[in-house]
Amino acid sequence: MKLVVVSAGLSVPSSTRLLGDRLAAAVGRTAAVDTQVVELRELAVEIAQNFTNGFPGQALAAAQEAVAAADGLIVVTPVFSASYSGLFKSFFDVLDPEALEGKPVLIAATGGSARHSLVLEHALRPLFAYLKAVVLPTGVYAASEDWGAEGLDGRIERAAGELAALMAGLSGGVPAGRAPRAARADAFSAVVPFEEQLAALRPTG
Amino acid sequence: MQFGIFSVGDVTPDPTTGRTPSERERIKAMVAIALKAEEVGLDVFATGEHHNPPFVPSSPTTMLGYIAARTEKLILSTSTTLITTNDPVKIAEDFAMLQHLADGRVDLMMGRGNTGPVYPWFGKDIREGINLAIENYALLRRLWREDVVNWEGKFRTPLQGFTSTPRPLDGVAPFVWHGSIRSPEIAEQAAYYGDGFFHNNIFWPADHTKRMVELYRARYAHYGHGTPEQAIVGLGGQVFMRRNSQDAVKEFRPYFDVAPVYGHGPSLEEFTEQTPLTVGSPEQVIEKTLKFREYAGDYQRQLFLLDHAGLPLKTVLEQLDLLGEEVVPVLRKEFAAGRPADVPEAPTHASLLAAQQNKEVVA
Repeated sequence: MKLVVVSAGLSVPSSTRLLGDRLAAAVGRTAAVDTQVVELRELAVEIAQNFTNGFPGQALAAAQEAVAAADGLIVVTPVFSASYSGLFKSFFDVLDPEALEGKPVLIAATGGSARHSLVLEHALRPLFAYLKAVVLPTGVYAASEDWGAEGLDGRIERAAGELAALMAGLSGGVPAGRAPRAARADAFSAVVPFEEQLAALRPTG
Repeated sequence: MQFGIFSVGDVTPDPTTGRTPSERERIKAMVAIALKAEEVGLDVFATGEHHNPPFVPSSPTTMLGYIAARTEKLILSTSTTLITTNDPVKIAEDFAMLQHLADGRVDLMMGRGNTGPVYPWFGKDIREGINLAIENYALLRRLWREDVVNWEGKFRTPLQGFTSTPRPLDGVAPFVWHGSIRSPEIAEQAAYYGDGFFHNNIFWPADHTKRMVELYRARYAHYGHGTPEQAIVGLGGQVFMRRNSQDAVKEFRPYFDVAPVYGHGPSLEEFTEQTPLTVGSPEQVIEKTLKFREYAGDYQRQLFLLDHAGLPLKTVLEQLDLLGEEVVPVLRKEFAAGRPADVPEAPTHASLLAAQQNKEVVA
């Protein structure tokens, strides 16, 4: 199964990336996954240019394809001004709005203090609900003090367990209804025959 | 193969002088550019259609009729005619009238428009964009091909016993291209009717253009109009040239950097690498344009955008001299080399009339 970590950390090394790596490692201990990390910092200019050009550059396009093809996602952002960072949001703004449909997503965030921990619930969860992802019940927030305290490991294990279970469940068989995005034919190969489009417009009765 | 130019018709300040042309100046400049296109031996002039500032060409057939009166050979076209928000009856009438005035030197390119508010300004819903394009064009075809039309649809008041006048010149409807950048439905529509498909690739990477054109070609063959290689394809391209490529880059950069469509994004170098934009010598333009065939196949129409980014008229006319004298003659020769004999030219009034007469003789 393919696991993709999207990290919006900016500093090097970054605690946001560290949280993403720890979550991915925990998933890897309970499920067989190939993990790929998408560092948004490296794509910052191409993301901005996608807004001005209307199409992604090569590196961004590759990242978008990796995300669309993933069986599960771990998304991690630092908290900026009481929400996800602008870079984090921008990556999802230029992603195909259908790319995350039905995909398990583990939401995670880092911040300077625990006072922003509900950012997971008031910012990240609605964003991924809008994108029709399956957002895991457990999100993981790590404040600076958590890196030196007990409890973070437990939350990481719990969230990673949920993600591993959901990925295994979803990739085991295509659920009833709509197939996952990656399995659906794209717009170019699934063109609606023109007669059908014309017929749909004909007045009835 | 046809070569020509297409103009958006934007009124853009010249960033090097800060001067903004008046609407009158811009309209007259578009006419001067069209006349120059004929003078330097190009085949096609196409104007955009817009209904909001800073654009001037809201009334394409008025402009094209004026140009028709002052030219002899130039094919007059659009890039694009808004099939979504214009009444198809008015399109049928306007372009048939233009056909008569221009002795058949007319075709047009259908487009949906990319300015959201234009839809409500004309009483339409942008969410119905594709459906408007499908229904309106189906009606437009009938208005040109049937003398008396009874029609009922979803988006327009019904017609009973309606005859669109004047009838198309010699009973031959103008050839139609369908322009789309990213909607497979429009490639499918063009293929269904055996019409032309124009991919305005100027802001897009080659692999995207390749997929759209391949889809159109495959569906063109599916609908029995010929082989995929015989489908009628047009492409865009935008250039700025000086004999010495470094002079071109130096002169165009201040325009590129702040242009409404290019500016404040990627660098000139990045943009030229990713899209058809070529800033350099005529040889570089030739080299890059010839590459289009590698991913789009042998095609029928190449339109260049020259009057972009607020360039003054004088500069644009110099560009046309270079295009007509140094670039297009080489492109004609090179594109003709290795082109299979069964790949058709773009249809013209004369070829469509001959095809119609052949059909009558056979019948």
